[in-house]
Amino acid sequence: MAKLTREDVLKLAKLARLKLSEDEIVRFQGEITSILQYVEKLQAVDLKDVKPTYQISGLTNVTREDVIKDYGTTTEDLLKNAPATEGGHIKVKRILG
Amino acid sequence: MSGWMPIADIAKQVNAGELKAAEMVERALKVINNNKKYNAVIATMPDRANLRAKELDERIANGEYTGLLSGVPFIAKDNFLTFGSETTAASNILRGFNAPYQATAIERLEAEGAICVAKANLDAFAHGGSTENSDFMVTKNPHNESRVPGGSSGGSATAVMLDMAPFALGTDTGGSIRLPASFTGAVGLKPTYGLVSRSGVVAMASSTDVIGPIARTVEDIALVLEVMSGQDELDSTTIDRDPEPYTSLDRISLNKVKVGVIKEHMGDGVDADVRARIQATIELLKNSGADIRELTLPSLDLALAAYYIVVPAEISSNLSRYDGQRYGFSHRDATSLEESYNWSRSEGFGREAKRRIMIGTYVLSSGYYDAYYKKAQQLRTKLIDEFNQAFKAVDFLVGPVAPMTAFKIGENTKDPLKMYLADVMTVGVSLAGLPAISVPVGVDGDSMPVGVQLIGQQKNDRKLLSLAKEIQGLMS
Repeated sequence: MAKLTREDVLKLAKLARLKLSEDEIVRFQGEITSILQYVEKLQAVDLKDVKPTYQISGLTNVTREDVIKDYGTTTEDLLKNAPATEGGHIKVKRILG
Repeated sequence: MSGWMPIADIAKQVNAGELKAAEMVERALKVINNNKKYNAVIATMPDRANLRAKELDERIANGEYTGLLSGVPFIAKDNFLTFGSETTAASNILRGFNAPYQATAIERLEAEGAICVAKANLDAFAHGGSTENSDFMVTKNPHNESRVPGGSSGGSATAVMLDMAPFALGTDTGGSIRLPASFTGAVGLKPTYGLVSRSGVVAMASSTDVIGPIARTVEDIALVLEVMSGQDELDSTTIDRDPEPYTSLDRISLNKVKVGVIKEHMGDGVDADVRARIQATIELLKNSGADIRELTLPSLDLALAAYYIVVPAEISSNLSRYDGQRYGFSHRDATSLEESYNWSRSEGFGREAKRRIMIGTYVLSSGYYDAYYKKAQQLRTKLIDEFNQAFKAVDFLVGPVAPMTAFKIGENTKDPLKMYLADVMTVGVSLAGLPAISVPVGVDGDSMPVGVQLIGQQKNDRKLLSLAKEIQGLMS
């Protein structure tokens, strides 16, 4: 049975790019443990030779012509929601040191 | 204020110049403003709606035909990208977001003359079954303000039942259209997976997300589906629509119809009042000549467990795009890129979104993938096989939408697992991509609505609507 430790919670938060408050760490440790224990019901089922289903419509490799279409949306429209821009680009913090 | 006319009649009269689109918009906005205390609506868009109504009325005055939904106001769940107001998905991380384009569903409705007047509240990012997880406010049940409207499309269902508009749009990943329809007494359709384009709808779990209408009648639902459905090059998961119009609902001869009662969904775990209403509906079908059989789908009991692996996994992936860099909330004090990601996400996401991201990250992480995610997808195959077997014996399946009626606000918020159990009868259908509809079939001892869930085979949405119409007729 899964039982998350405090370290597990911190590791997951790091992977998920979340900075949790002390309250959240404690809360999630208990809540996520109980949810994982619930979903572990599946472990009792023998599914050894069953193929997994990742999508249900049966469609495969849907393609379309690779052509440029004008949807009437400008670069300016797209940049309007960006937190910081400079010279028509999205500005982010330094990536390389 | 009395209810709206059937949607087809509104459009007909607007096209004939007997009613003005502007009056329809004015009326919708008035009802919305008079019912603010229900917290059904996050934002209205009077400027855009009035402008569109004016244009329609002018075109009609010039003798033009303006579409199947001309002048019909509607409300979109706030996870549909629209012009005219912000699109927030009821989350703080998207507060202030102005969509640069509209969802295909919205575009198609507008092309037939429908007018979006407002955006409805939801559980943030559609994560929830009660609309209590909205980062902004809790929507109240239209029949009893101390109760939840169900979720996550709770604002949409409440808006319809308060007559704010003749129909509203919802999204359903594991029950989010059917559950609020059941809890409020509306009709809510979850179409076959892929039947309606999801382009421009905030993604939750891409392998089960569908969008669909909530309205008061099956006929209204059918007309909205007729306009929205079909392939879209902007969503490569869309499928062919029915060649027949969804509005041409066959009069199903109940004499010939075979209906399977899902044994797993009629057990002790279901409230007695709910079971009684569903049983009474089954009796009505039987008395009308339907061939009723009890069926068992053993894997359904495990569907919820599989769902709460698959869906958080997909959520953790889909919500990774909210990183504070391109759009959405961005933390101002961060000094590095890493801090910017972490702080923006931590402050922008509410508790349920974080909880699901964490669960999804866990089940997808190295060492756990086979035990959780793969196993859940294998169970999914088994479940689909059982549904296929069932549909060899019967045309439709029937059962409750949920084991309970609308619960009290705050009753289930302390225990997330208990809240998840509200989805226990809807998630199996989602994992299998089947169409299902909630139709109101009476009330419980506290006068809270009960919905019956009718389930059809993939791509049999029109047949499903035909059966729903028969049941609607038997109820009236």
